[in-house]
Amino acid sequence: MKLSELQFGQVAEVCQIQSEDLLLKLFEMGLLPGEEVELENIAPFGDPIAIRVGEYKMCLRINDAALVDIKLK
Amino acid sequence: MVGNPNSGKTSLFNALTGLNQKVSNFPGTTVDKKTGSCRLSPLVKAQLIDLPGTYSLYPKSADELVTYEMLRNKTETGSPDIVLFIADASNLKRNLLLMTQVADLGIPVILALNMMDVAARRGIFYNIELLSAELGIPVIPINARQKKGISELKTFLVDTANYQKKTFFSLDALQPAFLNEVCEITDKKNRYAALQFAINARELLTPKADAIRDCFIKYQFDAHKFQETEVLKRYHTIDQAVRISRKEKGQTKLRSITQQADKILTHRIWGLVIFLSLLFFVFQAIFSWSSYPMQWVEDGFYISSHWIQQTMPAGILNDLIVSGILAGLSGVMVFLPQIIILFAFIAILEDVGYMARVGFIMDRIMRPFGMNGKSIVPLISGMACAVPSIMASRSIENKKERLITILVIPLMSCSARLPVYTLLIGMLVPEDMRWGPFNLHGIVLMFMYLIGFVAVLISAFIFQLFIKTREKNYFIMELPGYKLPVLSNMLITLYEKGKAFVWGAGKIIVAVSVILWALASFGPNDTMQHIETKYLQLATDPANTHPIEELAAMKDAEKLQNSYAGQFGHWMEPVIRPLGFDWKIGIALITSLAAREVFVGTMSTIYSVGSDIGDLQSIRVKMRNEINPATGNPVFSMATVLSLMIFYAFALQCMSTISVVHEETRSWKWTFIQFAYLTALAYISSWVIFNAFS
Repeated sequence: MKLSELQFGQVAEVCQIQSEDLLLKLFEMGLLPGEEVELENIAPFGDPIAIRVGEYKMCLRINDAALVDIKLK
Repeated sequence: MVGNPNSGKTSLFNALTGLNQKVSNFPGTTVDKKTGSCRLSPLVKAQLIDLPGTYSLYPKSADELVTYEMLRNKTETGSPDIVLFIADASNLKRNLLLMTQVADLGIPVILALNMMDVAARRGIFYNIELLSAELGIPVIPINARQKKGISELKTFLVDTANYQKKTFFSLDALQPAFLNEVCEITDKKNRYAALQFAINARELLTPKADAIRDCFIKYQFDAHKFQETEVLKRYHTIDQAVRISRKEKGQTKLRSITQQADKILTHRIWGLVIFLSLLFFVFQAIFSWSSYPMQWVEDGFYISSHWIQQTMPAGILNDLIVSGILAGLSGVMVFLPQIIILFAFIAILEDVGYMARVGFIMDRIMRPFGMNGKSIVPLISGMACAVPSIMASRSIENKKERLITILVIPLMSCSARLPVYTLLIGMLVPEDMRWGPFNLHGIVLMFMYLIGFVAVLISAFIFQLFIKTREKNYFIMELPGYKLPVLSNMLITLYEKGKAFVWGAGKIIVAVSVILWALASFGPNDTMQHIETKYLQLATDPANTHPIEELAAMKDAEKLQNSYAGQFGHWMEPVIRPLGFDWKIGIALITSLAAREVFVGTMSTIYSVGSDIGDLQSIRVKMRNEINPATGNPVFSMATVLSLMIFYAFALQCMSTISVVHEETRSWKWTFIQFAYLTALAYISSWVIFNAFS
């Protein structure tokens, strides 16, 4: 499942990140394989989305979220 | 000082240095360098350098190479004795990544653990001794916003015996020969520092970068894979340390205030409504609250220049000081109240954490225009003054998005345009005329602001089609938890911003004012002398019916018209005649280069309004009566007035802006492109409007 498909109320775990560049950026931000994520907010125009990663909250654009593979817990 | 964004670094820096801080640039970059001094003990004073908040040593842009240039460069006198690392306890794991990287550069590190109260509220507690033991570096708990733990921190820093070095990530997996060669090429002793630099510099266009790339190929070193592994391994180490020292009590997944607030503040409908209302409120506040302080500033300058004029011996110096320097200064200072109020609101919203949400909400709209959610704050600030706004665009990492933001900011109607609009709109529409329940004057004014904003969008859209960049643009941002604002932070920020404005814009405006004063006061040959003599004779002539003030005003008008500036106005008239302007307007266009609002003052002088210089009605009356000698028609027809308004809406008549843009883009090319496109836009629009309405 992709991060961009995550729904409210679902809790998921990060599996893999498809793009090399994005991977490093997200790793640095703590979005690592095994880390727990949850959808918190969606911006008024549907994009970007705000997710809880472990203990904090970050946002990213939908097309970048689509490159993150997750699995539901 | 090093740390993640939103870790409380600014609060700690402020707590340690107070007002003993200075903001400048890292040489050759537009990266902010904040330095300050801090008294650690009666005998020891420390110099503190605040580096930009970042998540890891792998920089997002070439500019951020500077962050660890600073940290690594052992040969420079400015190399640090110790790194004060600040981490957010409610988010510790991610915060520590950077810390382990910095430590591996071979500099002693001390960890200031901040926001333990926030962590506690979430049921997370850390055992400081255990954490320190596991990490192998000293850990001091602090609360930067409440200024707790600061003295303990200072005490600890004074004792250099506490300075410890620690390595977290082992480079043993790499071939020693490879590492040696990297050290040689990059001329660094610390192997991690060398490798770091090499990885980051490999994309540059220098011979060193070539050597680095060759070396990487030779040893089959995959930089990407390495970085990936490095980050994972570091987190693994951090994980262990954190897990051992961490205790969770009570509910750790409580619905916090932040979550509740965000549900509303980022809501599809309410989020936007709240944002727009807030915007409206802020601008209402700016314009109504600033009117008194602006009056004081104006009065203050009026009184002082009057005093100087009377007290000093009459002559060139007197004139220079009063009409050149003081006039220029008052033009700058009069907008200070508006700028302070705007930045006070921005500072508070930033401190609270709301600004991140603004970027979040607006990102989708900004993107088709080649800009970023973070562009919205500089754009909005541009409605007060472009100068600090352009500087504020540094927060945008992507080069293209940042450039486009800078290029279009001057189109936002700044405060200096307001006096011009007010004067000109009043020529078309009486100030109290109503259209239904609305004030017509106000509506036209809003319309001018709207035109500016539309021009921003169109220009940005066109630019983003043409500007190419290799960088992929991301909008990956932390949304920090909401916090109560700290007054001292806001005051310090205001002081810095105010200083930047007064110093940055002020310097230019005063310099340009003096130059323009000279151009307007001196004329070719002896014309000026003749005019002086003529009016001196007129004043003593018994047949003279004009009162002294009127004579003085008429003399000033005639002097201006015959000065170098006046000559220039005549000379450029053919160029501006298609826009409906005459040479007198031409003079005002030139003087407006110092600052747009100078237009009003120049019009006053040209139309010899004299002592009624603040009275717009007097100016308007004179302007309306002005007849064009060639056509016999009024100069200020509706077509001309509209054309003039549009010209001021678009033209880049502000030397300060040009100067700041050059500073921020470090490129004459883009500074010139901006000036060219804005001038072209102003000229063409004016021409179209003038012809449409004549």
